Amino acid sequence: MSVTVENSAAALAAARQDQALAPSLTSVRPVVTGLGVVAPSGIGVEEHWSSTLRGDLRVAPITRFDPSRYDATLAGEILGFDPEEQVDKRYLVQTDRWTWIGMAASRLALADAAYDPAAHEPYATAVVFGSGSGGNGFGQRELSRLWTRGRTAVSVYQSIAWFYAATTGQTSIRHGLKGPSGVVVSDGAGGLDSIAQARRVIRRGTATVLAGGAESGLTPYALTCHLSSGRVSTAAVAADGYKPFDARANGYVPGEGGATLIVEDPAAAAARGARVYGEIAGYAATHDAAHPCRPAPDARWLATAMRRAIADAGLTPDDIDVVFADGAGSVDLDAQEAAAIRAVFAGRPVPVTAPQGLVGRLCAGGSALAVASALLSIRDGVLPAVGNLDTPHPDHDLHLVRQPRPATVRVALVNARGYGGFNSSLVVRAVDPR
Amino acid sequence: MTGHRGVAVTGIGVVAPGGSNRKEFWTLLTDGRTATRRLSFFDPAQFRSQVAAECDFDAAAAGLGAREIARNDRFVQFALAAALEAVEDSGLDLRPTGSSGLTDAGDGADGPVVGVSMGSAVGATTRLENEYVVVSDSGRHWEVDPHYASAFLYHALVPSCLATELACRFGAHGPASVVSTGCTSGIDAVGYGAQLIADGEADIVIAGASDAPISPISMACFDAIRATTARNDDPEHASRPFDASRDGFVMGEGSAVFVLEDAAAARARGARIYCEVAGYASRSNAFHMTGLRPDGVEMAEAIRVAMDAARVGAQDIDYINAHGSGTKQNDRHETAAFKRSLGARAYDVPVSSIKSMIGHSLGAIGSLEIAACALAIENHVVPPTANWSTRDPDCDLDYVPNIARDHTVDVALSVGSGFGGFQSAIVLTAPNR
Repeated sequence: MSVTVENSAAALAAARQDQALAPSLTSVRPVVTGLGVVAPSGIGVEEHWSSTLRGDLRVAPITRFDPSRYDATLAGEILGFDPEEQVDKRYLVQTDRWTWIGMAASRLALADAAYDPAAHEPYATAVVFGSGSGGNGFGQRELSRLWTRGRTAVSVYQSIAWFYAATTGQTSIRHGLKGPSGVVVSDGAGGLDSIAQARRVIRRGTATVLAGGAESGLTPYALTCHLSSGRVSTAAVAADGYKPFDARANGYVPGEGGATLIVEDPAAAAARGARVYGEIAGYAATHDAAHPCRPAPDARWLATAMRRAIADAGLTPDDIDVVFADGAGSVDLDAQEAAAIRAVFAGRPVPVTAPQGLVGRLCAGGSALAVASALLSIRDGVLPAVGNLDTPHPDHDLHLVRQPRPATVRVALVNARGYGGFNSSLVVRAVDPR
Repeated sequence: MTGHRGVAVTGIGVVAPGGSNRKEFWTLLTDGRTATRRLSFFDPAQFRSQVAAECDFDAAAAGLGAREIARNDRFVQFALAAALEAVEDSGLDLRPTGSSGLTDAGDGADGPVVGVSMGSAVGATTRLENEYVVVSDSGRHWEVDPHYASAFLYHALVPSCLATELACRFGAHGPASVVSTGCTSGIDAVGYGAQLIADGEADIVIAGASDAPISPISMACFDAIRATTARNDDPEHASRPFDASRDGFVMGEGSAVFVLEDAAAARARGARIYCEVAGYASRSNAFHMTGLRPDGVEMAEAIRVAMDAARVGAQDIDYINAHGSGTKQNDRHETAAFKRSLGARAYDVPVSSIKSMIGHSLGAIGSLEIAACALAIENHVVPPTANWSTRDPDCDLDYVPNIARDHTVDVALSVGSGFGGFQSAIVLTAPNR
């Protein structure tokens, strides 16, 4: 399958001449040149990373509305996010909080990458985001207006604020991006899957893609939907809530936020002298295809995704320095992932972490954030600890990172699973300075 | 370029207004009949647009189990029905798998990798609205009461449930996702599915799209921007693409699903091949979420790139299945895009919009239009644009008015334009071209 083409400007030019389906330069490994984070852990990469390394628990009682009538009262909210400071006014009125978060993260990512889309031809840049529950806060408000005041009370922006493509579309407009944009939805795996689609787009000749995802499902109705899954923690105190791999794991806490990554063709990044966090070395996705609303009987297909992603990177499990786990936060699903990790690494004590215990599960935004954290691990040579972990579950038998520690991180494997059976794995690798 | 794999369409399944399977769908289109009618799912009296293209759909008769029906919004039910027809049509044996357990080396990957790539613009919006009405007591309470929520509501919140249900039903353990790019979702989902095969990420992909948006909130949100027709006194003739009197689209619903295969593998097993997915491209206008510039530049660029990928020129295009939504600006926009991308050839190629007959089912329509192209290639007939009577000076191409036409189609182009600024194009070619 793979075509042997050097990662050169010539290859990019050749690709551009003959795009779309026909030529897939499957040996091209895109690089990440910019990160933008808007999450409970912080606004901006450095805030996120420093709070993550400190182990600041950002899951807390819901403040957005009175949650007292709900079985679940905790969430990972982004405090201190001022939309008027982060997003142009004309976009604020047209869009949901989810889109504000995504647009803010994208603006930060472009700045971090020192990438000005206006300096490139408009078709050279695309946006591919993972999406989750859409603009559900905006949607709940308009549903309420429709059912109490009638159809004339519904906002003229409802049709473009609620649907799952809103953040991608508005981001393309805000920054003038005309490349092959897209929206993928695979629940929690969506952040990784968006990066995979970005890779396909880059291999077909588009130089730069904004990828990642965001989520904001902290409305009464969205919380009600989460509760129906039966997998939300009902703990009253944050420290008792979302606890990946802990003996007291009892479900997840929903959160809001995410990350945008600037993913570029390596030749294009080199040509503009971009700083590189690392490369997208490998990826694979599988589906459990078991029961649509219940966990699969085992993690066989998660293990398959991990193995295929490592093979896609041209590596072996021995090359992986750390696993950023999905860390579902319930004993059964954590046990599955632990079994998959033990099987793939065949007893090797690979360090495993899941810092998202600090912020909750952010659907597609969470897996995008995990990739950002993995790249920061590579940059700084440090492993963040599992979030909100007190006592590792004795049966999991993993080498969990208990305290942040210095480490040489060349290659990280990121796992993400989505409700219903989605399993995605992504390998990011350090790139030697040219 | 070595390493590229061709992508064959070997199975087609359809649920559409006026036709609950592939054959009925094609008969409706080639008869030039319309399936638009006064909206019947709820009382539309308060709405500006009271016309819809509704499916007369019986999920149980289509082969769905009681639990599949209970668990899923109508848009997933459509897709399951269409996928059952497509898979049967392909002759492949795709069925739910058991798990054989986690082993140290077991990759679980001895056979072909089967993926799922399904589009939807608005997902389970009908179910989300119906449930909302209950938990909020008809919108009266912002802090809704979760005790009135049904099970499986999270399954509706995130539209990836569509890919999940198909993966489970057909034992598809390869990459699975939903593509949600508004009204180009159907084209993009098939395009992404073809990319999975071309790149070797999957060998077989169940691809298509589904939407069931005929709900009060959807009608209200398109009312608010006057995108839908107000021709309530004449619902059968309300969808009027390219006609001078057009006044907006007719909301529709439905699904088409395809079995895509590595073309060489499909030939090796002796499969019937409807057509190949030869080229696909998408571009954004980066202009406006709903507005279109009249020049059609970005759609023309998507068409050009898709044709390049398919290695066809303007002279090779035998048929264009237009987006043709029947809004003032869309039909003008895409007519300009055809002229810009095909030059003089645009005037010689038959162009038609099946939305004139089955309405605009948002993300699903792109897949239904691909089905129409595949059947046009197979049957040497192009479907008409119904309800066409008066020429618009800005829309001066051959729109195949009202009557289907015998016409050999070796290369078909289908395009879509969506909220968010997405412009997508796909090129399908006859199997032995």
